[in-house]
Amino acid sequence: MKQSTIIWTLLMVFGGLGLISVQLFRGKGEVYVREVPVEAKSSSKTSPEQTYRWSTYQEVSAKEKDDPGISFSYSRTLGLWVSAFCTLAIFSFLYGDNPLYKFTESVFVGVSAAYAMVVGFWTEIVTNLYAKLLPGMARMSFFPDMESDVQSDLLYLIPLVLSVLLLWRLAPKGNWIARWPLAFFIGATAGIRLISYLETDFIGQLQSTIMPFIVFTADGSLLWIKSLRNTVVIVGVTSCMVYFFFSVEHEGIVKYISRLGIWFLMITFGASFAYTVMGRIALLSARLDFLFNDWLGI
Amino acid sequence: MKRTVPLLISAVTGFILIGTAFIPMFEEWGNDAMAWFNLLAAFAFILGGGNLLKMQLQKISAQQAGWGYAAVTLIAFFVTLFVGLAKVGVHPNAKFPEFSWSGNYLEVGSAFWWFFEYIFTPLSATMFALLAFYISSAAFRAFRAKNTEATILLIIAVIVLLGRTYASEWLTGGFPNEPIFGEGGITYSDFKLDHLSQIIMDDFTTPGMRAIKIGIALGVASTSLKVLLGVDRSYLGSDQEA
Repeated sequence: MKQSTIIWTLLMVFGGLGLISVQLFRGKGEVYVREVPVEAKSSSKTSPEQTYRWSTYQEVSAKEKDDPGISFSYSRTLGLWVSAFCTLAIFSFLYGDNPLYKFTESVFVGVSAAYAMVVGFWTEIVTNLYAKLLPGMARMSFFPDMESDVQSDLLYLIPLVLSVLLLWRLAPKGNWIARWPLAFFIGATAGIRLISYLETDFIGQLQSTIMPFIVFTADGSLLWIKSLRNTVVIVGVTSCMVYFFFSVEHEGIVKYISRLGIWFLMITFGASFAYTVMGRIALLSARLDFLFNDWLGI
Repeated sequence: MKRTVPLLISAVTGFILIGTAFIPMFEEWGNDAMAWFNLLAAFAFILGGGNLLKMQLQKISAQQAGWGYAAVTLIAFFVTLFVGLAKVGVHPNAKFPEFSWSGNYLEVGSAFWWFFEYIFTPLSATMFALLAFYISSAAFRAFRAKNTEATILLIIAVIVLLGRTYASEWLTGGFPNEPIFGEGGITYSDFKLDHLSQIIMDDFTTPGMRAIKIGIALGVASTSLKVLLGVDRSYLGSDQEA
C-alpha cells in the first residue's frame, strides 16, 4: 500500500471515529419528535360506528427536547446518521474511487430504481389504470372517496395491453413485440413535442423579438435605453440565426454578421456556465449546511 | 408485423396528437393518448427495474468483478420496492380509517418516506453537488483567453459568477451613485458587478437563448416529422432481434 493511501485512510478512520465520539459525547445529531394523536371515526353508514386511533409524529428542534410530549426518535436519528454517512461517502470520491463510494453508489442505484417504480405504480398504474378499469374494487381498497356511479372505462384495456407488450421486452423470445408500445411512445412524443416546440419556442420567441427599434414615450421623447436594449436583442437574435444558417457560405457581410452571432452565443454560454456553477455550489452549500448544522450542530 | 405495424402506430398516434391542436374533435382523443402515454411511462419504469434486476443477477451469477456491489444494489432495490408497494408504516386516510390501504404512499414517518428523505434525497443532492468540484476544475484547466470568443466567454462567466455572490458587494459595493460626466446619465454605481450581471442576463444572453430555442424548435419539428412519416426508423432497431 502506498504511503499516501495509508495516511489518508488513517486520517479518514480517525476523523470518522472522532466525529462519532464528539457527536455521542455532545448529544448532537439527535432528532426529537412531538406525538400528534389522531382519532378517526369509521365512514361507513351501515356498519356500527368504530373509532380508530393512531399517532403521527412531527419533528421539532432540539431546543424543545425537554418540553412535555416530546420524545427522542430512533428512526429519524438513524436516518440523520445514514444521511450524513451517505453524504460523506459520496464526497469521498473527491479523493478517488473507493469501496465506500462504490457501496453508496450501488445503494443509490437500487433505491432510485425502486423509488421511480413505486411512484409510477401508485400515481399512474393504480390511480389511472386500476381505478379506470376496476372502479368498484378500487373504491373498496385504495380510493374509498371515489364516486359510486363510476363505470369501467374499457378503452384503458389498450394501454394495459401495450404495457404488457412493453414488458415482453424482458422475455428471451418474441421481444420485437415491444416495438409496438415503443412506437406509440415515440409517436406520442413526436406529436406532442412538434406542436409545443413550434408554439412556444419558435413562434413565441419570434413574436417576442418583433419589437420597435426606437421607442418613444407618450409625449414623443425618445426612450434611448429601451431603444438600445431592443436593438441589442433584435441584432443579437438575427446575427445568431445567421450564424446557424449554413445554407449560404459564411463570406463577406454574412461572415461579419455570423461572427457577431458567435459573440452573442459566447456571452450566453458564459452566463449559462456561471449559472450552472452557481447551482452546483448552492447544492454543495446545502449539503455542507446539512452536515454542519443538522448533523454536527456546530 | 415487425416494422409496418409500429410505423403505423407511431404515425397515427403522432398525427392525432398534432390534430388536437387544430381539430376540436380530436381534443378528447389527445387527452386519452396523453393518459396512456403516462401509463406506458410508468410501465417503462417497471421495465427499467426488470432490466436492472436482470443485469445485476447476471453479474452475481457470473461472479464478475464487483459482484458484491451488484448484491448491494439488489438488496437496496428490493427493500425500497417492498416498503413502497406494501405501504409499510402508512396510516389510513383519516376520513376513511377502515380502509387500511387508503393512505398516501409517501406519508411522513412511513418507511418509504424514510428511504426518500434519508437516502434518496441526500444521495441525489450530493451527487449533483459533487459536480461543483469537477466543473470548477474543468473550467480552471480549459478556460484560456486564447482568442476573442474565449475571452468573451471567460469575462462574462466571471462577471455573472461574482455578480451573483457577496463578492460583488465586497469588490464594487463602494462605487458611488454619482454621474460619471455631466448631470444624469450613467453613474459609477451602474458598473457594480451585480448590476452588470443583471444587464448581461437581461439584454445580452436573451438573444443567444432565443436563437438557440428557435434552432431547437426547428430541429424537434423536423425530427418529429421524419419519425412520423417513417423516414427515420432508427427507434425500431434492427431486424435481427428475436
